[in-house]
Amino acid sequence: MIKFDAVSKRYPGGHEALSNISFHLEKADFAFLTGHSGAGKSTLLKLIMQMEKASSGQVFVNGQNLNRLSRRQLPYFRRNIGLVFQDHQLLFDRSVFENVALPLQIAGFDSRDAGRRVRAALDKVGLLKKENQNPIALSGGEQQRVGIARAVVNKPDLLLADEPTGNLDPLLSAEIMELFEEFNRVGVSVLIASHDLSLIAKLRHRILTLDHGRMIQGATEKIVSDS
Amino acid sequence: MAAPKKASKLKKPVQTEKPKHQKSLRSSNRVSALLRSHQLVAVDSLDRLFATAAASALTWTMIAIAIALPLFLFIVLQNLQQFGSNIDETTQISIYMELDSSDAELLAAQTALNSHPAISGSEIISQAQALEEFQALSGFGDALSGLNENPLPAVIVVTPNTDVIEQLRALVSELADLDNVDSVQYDLDWLQRLYGILNLAQRLIIMLGVLLAFGVALVVGNTVRLAIENRRDEIVVVKLVGGTDSFVARPFLYTGLWYGVGGGILATVLVLLAQFFMQGPVSQLADLYNGEFSLIRLSLNDIFNVILLGGFLGWFGAWLSVLRHLKAIEPR
Repeated sequence: MIKFDAVSKRYPGGHEALSNISFHLEKADFAFLTGHSGAGKSTLLKLIMQMEKASSGQVFVNGQNLNRLSRRQLPYFRRNIGLVFQDHQLLFDRSVFENVALPLQIAGFDSRDAGRRVRAALDKVGLLKKENQNPIALSGGEQQRVGIARAVVNKPDLLLADEPTGNLDPLLSAEIMELFEEFNRVGVSVLIASHDLSLIAKLRHRILTLDHGRMIQGATEKIVSDS
Repeated sequence: MAAPKKASKLKKPVQTEKPKHQKSLRSSNRVSALLRSHQLVAVDSLDRLFATAAASALTWTMIAIAIALPLFLFIVLQNLQQFGSNIDETTQISIYMELDSSDAELLAAQTALNSHPAISGSEIISQAQALEEFQALSGFGDALSGLNENPLPAVIVVTPNTDVIEQLRALVSELADLDNVDSVQYDLDWLQRLYGILNLAQRLIIMLGVLLAFGVALVVGNTVRLAIENRRDEIVVVKLVGGTDSFVARPFLYTGLWYGVGGGILATVLVLLAQFFMQGPVSQLADLYNGEFSLIRLSLNDIFNVILLGGFLGWFGAWLSVLRHLKAIEPR
């Protein structure tokens, strides 16, 4: 699903955020991406979302070489990826329902079809009763679940999350992780950037560890088992 | 090789839930999805304008004034041009004969004139007729009756069969050299000056109109720029969940369109009000010209065109703004 091949990312000014990263995340895999802050976790996710371009090396998502992705194709590519943010990035000028419906509206679903999918997604995260509320009225954990509903409503093949539990207490964090595992069970590939090591340790998934832009753990295990 | 492979991937999100046999419906689905999006966004952006009614009204009024001013001037100009062309149609050359010309000489002169290739007709106004007419029209009747002699010359009024200025001018100087002719009067210079002034006014109004049209586009562009800034977070999220550039631009283009259309509607209202306000004095003036002068008004067709023009200018201004500011907003 995700394949990095000798990828480096240097920012203007010379700072090397990632150096020579190679790993392979299979379809329907579940992996954590961890490391100290500034280790390059966010940069790695941004390369997958094509918010940044790799300075060298190649990134493949779903078999597609992202170096060959044109600006025109980019939006359509992103529709295959669900993205969850630490600060959930909800829009407070519209209801929970409309927030979750946004990706479907963009993809051009008709309102009946979209309504069904939005309610299914909200049901999955346990917020069906709050669809008409403004997200600003929800708790932090609920807001994050709305963000997750929005990320999965389009049934993406890949779910990325950047510190999804960063602002939540341990109990809520565990609930959120459980949600991600549920989606993984139905075949969605999941990659979660997190520095919450105690939480990660409990969950027994593959762990990719970054340190100063280098991958010091987890990079090779799948590649070895493949070949 | 790579291109078709990618294309098949792009279709994926829309097709995930659809059975394979619906594949042929895809393009019509896409069209109806696009129409749906346009409809939604059009209504939503109009709602947003009404939600901030005071600010929107200010922009609408600004646009309306910028459109109404040259429009009104143009209508005034058209009326003046019509006025000028009425005079042109009745253009005749008056030949004032010498006071001691006899009736026989007048008739001889008329016969000669009628055979002139550049003249299509003529009419003699004798000294007596001239006096009568003058007494009737001028209001000096009593004063004139005190005179021993008729001071008015006989006049032969000829209608030229050309309206080419150079030919008319040649004809006038030719007529002035004829026997028994005192002077020839033709309001050529006056008319030429009027046309000159009207042409100049037309150019000025067109220039003013073009400048103000740019002004409208810039006003809308700036307003849309602020709207883009206000919705920055939304734009970032939309781009991250797969919104195309045109999807992101659409609400702002509609915002511009509605600003322009609203301004156009308001502009026609302003012009109609101005016409109503001018109605009284204009009809009085028209009476003085024996009703030959009828006011040209804004037609339904004009109103439609003005609103269309307003909409275009608004859309264009928004487009300029979108082109400049939207690309700069990318998720980071």
